[in-house]
Formats: sequence, C-alpha cells, structure tokens
Amino acid sequence: MAIYDEKHEKMARPELRQLQVERLQPMLNRVCRNVAFYRRMFEEHRIEPERIKDVEALRQIPFTSKEDLRRSYPYDMFAVPLRDVVRIQCTSGTTGKPIGIGYTANDLRHWSELVARNLAAAEVTHHDCVQVAFQYSLFTGAFGFHQGAERLLASVIPSSNAGTLRRQIEIMRDFKSTVLCCTPSYALRLGYAMEELGVHPELLHLRCGLLGAEPWSETLRAQIEARLKMAAYDTYGLSEIMGPGVAGECQHHQGLHVNEDHLIVEVVDPATGAPMPPGQKGELVFTTITKEAFPLVRYRTGDVASLDESPCPCGRTFARISRVSGRTDDMIFAQGLKFFPSEIEDVLLRGKGVTPRFGIELRGTHGDDEVEIRAEVAQSLTATEMKALSERTAADLEGTIGLKAKVVFMLPGAFGQPEGKKVVNVVDQRCH
Amino acid sequence: MLTVKNLESGYGDLRVLKGLSLHVSPGEIVTLIGANGAGKTTLLHTICGLVAARAGEILFEKASLKALRPEAIVRRGCALVPEGRQLFAPMSVRDNLVLGACAQFKRGATWHDVECDLDYVYLMLPKLKERQGQLAGTLSGGEQQMLALGRALMSRPRLLMMDEPSTGLAPLVVKDILRAIAGLRESGSTVLLVEQNARAALGLADRGYVLETGQIVLEGTASDLLHNRDVQRAYLGREYHSIAE
Repeated sequence: MAIYDEKHEKMARPELRQLQVERLQPMLNRVCRNVAFYRRMFEEHRIEPERIKDVEALRQIPFTSKEDLRRSYPYDMFAVPLRDVVRIQCTSGTTGKPIGIGYTANDLRHWSELVARNLAAAEVTHHDCVQVAFQYSLFTGAFGFHQGAERLLASVIPSSNAGTLRRQIEIMRDFKSTVLCCTPSYALRLGYAMEELGVHPELLHLRCGLLGAEPWSETLRAQIEARLKMAAYDTYGLSEIMGPGVAGECQHHQGLHVNEDHLIVEVVDPATGAPMPPGQKGELVFTTITKEAFPLVRYRTGDVASLDESPCPCGRTFARISRVSGRTDDMIFAQGLKFFPSEIEDVLLRGKGVTPRFGIELRGTHGDDEVEIRAEVAQSLTATEMKALSERTAADLEGTIGLKAKVVFMLPGAFGQPEGKKVVNVVDQRCH
Repeated sequence: MLTVKNLESGYGDLRVLKGLSLHVSPGEIVTLIGANGAGKTTLLHTICGLVAARAGEILFEKASLKALRPEAIVRRGCALVPEGRQLFAPMSVRDNLVLGACAQFKRGATWHDVECDLDYVYLMLPKLKERQGQLAGTLSGGEQQMLALGRALMSRPRLLMMDEPSTGLAPLVVKDILRAIAGLRESGSTVLLVEQNARAALGLADRGYVLETGQIVLEGTASDLLHNRDVQRAYLGREYHSIAE
C-alpha cells in the first residue's frame, strides 16, 4: 500500500514530538511578532513563547474561537503582508459572518501535499481520473482535492458546475472517472440518480470516493459503497486550518490519520476546555505549526471526535481521530445521554429502506425526556411492516445509544424536499 | 542523530540562546541561517561544550552531551570546523591533519589507522595532498579552509559542524568548499552548517532553521525556506536582483 511521504507519515512518535516542538516554537514566535490578536493575547495572559517547551505546555495558551476569526475579517489574522499571499479563500459562512483565509506559496504547496497523502492512502495514483464534484468557490473543498490530485499527477476533472446529477453521471461515465470527491450526501444522491437513470454502477469505473465536509455515519458509508460500487473514504478538513487534508482514512478505515507533522491536534471537553482522555469524545482543537499566512493557535473547531494514538496496521504513526460525529453545537443531551443526530441516523439506516431524512423531537420536562424520531422510508410499506420496522429500530436505538425513543416512519417525500437530499431536523420542546 | 531541546546559553549576563529546539537526522545536511548576532556560533559552541548550556538538552545519538568537556564531545564523534579556520600556522599541512587525529589516538588507533584516514582526507580534498609538506600559514584562504575541514575529518566525526566556511573567500573558492561539503554528503556524513551565504547553504542543505535573536523563527525544508518571502527579503536579497554570490 502506497504511503506518499513515508519519512513523515511513519516517523517514530518521539521524533514526531520533537519535530512538532521545533515547528511550534518558531510559529509562536512568528504569531507573537506578526499577528496583533496573538500579541495581545500573549501579553494579557503573560505567555512568553520561549516558555512553551513542549506540546503539553501549549495548553497554557487560551483557545482561538471562530468568533475571534470572524472579528478579524478580512485580514487581521494574516501573519504575512498581503503581497506574500497568493490565494485567498473563505469559510462558507453558513453559520454567520465568513472568515477569510490566506495562503502563501509554501502554504499552498504543503496543502497540496497533505491532500495528496490522503488521496494516496485511498490508493489514488497517477493512473486515476479524479472527478472533483465539490463546488469551486471561496470554499476550500474543491481546490484542496484538485491540487492534491494534481500533485499525484492524476487526471483531474473539475466537474462541480455539471449542473445536473445526470450530467455529473455522464461525465463520470464518458471520462471513465475512477475517483469521486464530494460530500457523502451528494454521493448518495448520485447513487439514487443512477438508479433512476438506469445507469448501473458497474458500467462506471468508480473505484473509490473521498468524501467529507459534513458529518456522516458508517451506515451511510455502507449505502454509498453499495449504490456506487466503490470504496468510500472519510476525509476531514476545515477551511480555517487549510481545507481538506487535515486528516484522512487509510485502507483500514479505523479512524482518520491527522497530518501531525503540520498540525497539533487536541481533543478537549467542550464545556471546560480540559483535555479528554484517549478514546473519549470531545471537541477537536488544532494548532497549525507550518502555516505562514494564516497560522492558528489552539483553534476550536466545534467538531466532535475522539483521538487514538495507538499504532495503526497501515504503519502510519500519525494519531487517528474518530469519524467526526457532529458539532459541539448539535450535541443532544437527553435521558442523561449525549448523542448526535448522526448516531441516530446510523441506527435508522440499518432498517431496510430507511433514508437519511429524519427529524428528532425532544419533549417533556427536564430529567424526563421523551424523544420522538420521525424518518422517511424510501418506498411505501404496509402498516404491519412499518410497525415491525419501528419496533426493531426503537430496540436498536436502546441497544446502541441507550436511548428510549418513539420511532415513527413516514411515507416517501414526507419531508417535502428533493428526494435523496439529507434532512436532519432537531426540535427541542422540553421545559428546562 | 543530534537533538537539541529548549537550549539556553549565553555569556555572563547576556542570554544569547533563548530556548531553541532543533534536530539533525543521520545523513542530513542541515543549515542554520541568521543575521550576525542571532546566536548561530553560540549554538555550535554550546553543542561542542565550549560554552556551557544553562538549560535544555543536547542529545547526540540519544546520550546527553551536556556537562561533557569539549574533547570528550569530539571523542563521541562531534567535530567542529571553527570560524576563521584556527590552524596551526607554523606547522605543515600534514602535521595539522595528524593533530586532528588526536581523538583517534586516544581511542586507541594505530599509526596505520591514521595513515588510512589521511589517505581518505587526501582523496576527498586532493589539494591537501599536493600541499602536504607546506606550512599551513602559507596556504591560500581556500586551502586553509580545506585544511580546517580535513583536520576535522581526521577525528572521524559522525556529525560535522561547520561555522561559516565561506567567510572571506573568493566566490570561486566558495564553490570548491561547497563542492567538498556536497562530497561529504555522498560519503554519508551528517553536517550542521552555519553559513552567511544563505542561498548557497540552502542550495546544498536538506533542511534549515532561521535564527533571529536567539530564537528559531522558521523551520523547513531547504525548498520551503528558499520560497519563504521573509527569507528571500532578509537573507537572499531577492528584491535586490543580481547580488553577486
């Protein structure tokens, strides 16, 4: 199995720690000199970069939040003059004001390399035809995969403006695309569209898909793999840090390897900021240690995952994060449990013919939560079948998450929106 | 091979190195670039034991070099080619080289071993063979630098540290010196190179560190540093085209 950068990806952990410190210290010196926000922060908290002697000492430094970055819009967090910046991208801004991110020539080179590592881990080579169906825009997804695939000398098809699913599938068929990069929900839509158009996936040449940019579940992976007849790899990235290329799965699909020679990853308790023990879920926090234009110290991503530093059978020594199970802001607390809509989805999709279109309604008074889940099925079922499915799913929910929920299945199209599109509605009507 | 962690050192009240960390892996050429007074020479002298480390760690092949005397450090396999050559001017080239084998003799080497090492140095630096009987003080600047390098090689170093080997040399001679260092790489040597001529050093090195006022402000592959605009402006004179090198 090909490893793109053996020297770094298989580096012994103690050497990796040393490299991280060697890169962290200069980076702290740079942000302290060049970024007013960090200079102020360091002064306020009496932090001297030279006192940060190891990666653990990084915890003395306060977090950087999304709000801090929003306030810095557009240029205040840049650590180099604009004439050194060769690319500007933005976050989507779906949850508020956007964030502007700059890249120097070196930043772009590193970014491409890191995505190339993820692609290579999915066995993508220069023989592949990579269809990038992410939107080419201020958003980083498409450009990241595009550059990474070019770095591997693969043939890149920037197909985001194909317009319709049909056209996307035609491109896939005509150019014999072997690799698909898009969001998991888009991959599923493509799968449904293929069925409608009567295009059998085996007529296509798809081999693997690198999917990301939204939380998804194992069950959804199984569905995508079955519908598109390809291996689906989870990838993780966020524009503030660079874009795709932050972490990606290897062939063992046991978590996503974080590119730790360029990033320091932490998992913290979202409420207290304290580090979470390995294997426990918490908020992902990243420190970029090689970025020149837009370096970030302890950036809180709002994404929830756990960390695993144990060795991976693939030989890579980089720690793995679990599949991102949601955002700190959509974490649901009910019946004394913490869970995410994606976990519910996971259970729901085990039922045959259930779609990832569902709503979660929380009722009752504090401490006595009633949870009702309404999900759409793909085809009409008889009343008895529906009832059996409901009972099975409810038992399954209790078995896996521990959640006692009422499960109601609805006819296709009940959520109104275009079929195939993922719908997750969470309504909390509890009196606290 | 060499790992430096949070190293601090200085002279009297003057704190020169303020907690810097770096490493050199076997077979690598790593360069340190920085302005005058950044602490480059102090760093080399601290590693060699000429200046005491005040805090931090220096590990050479996993063993600490701190608190060892300079000669013990040489015996471990760490040799320094000092700035300004520091040769023994009234002695012949050959005698200067044999003096470099002092650590070898102490390790129990025989004359035969040292003769073999001499042959190796003459092979690497053929100019020295031609001049072996000449007094070191009568050599040209470039030849003296070659001799300083040869003398360090006589201790069979596993890590060779070079302090400004191109200082005061004509551009053509600098090329010869750099070629000799590149030749060392081919023979599997590991080199930590301090150099004012940043472009030449980065052209040769695998990786580099940029030092400013006793702290490292940048680490990266040679190509990363060559493409870094701050490095270009400060050390490569990029915005002042065609500066003679």
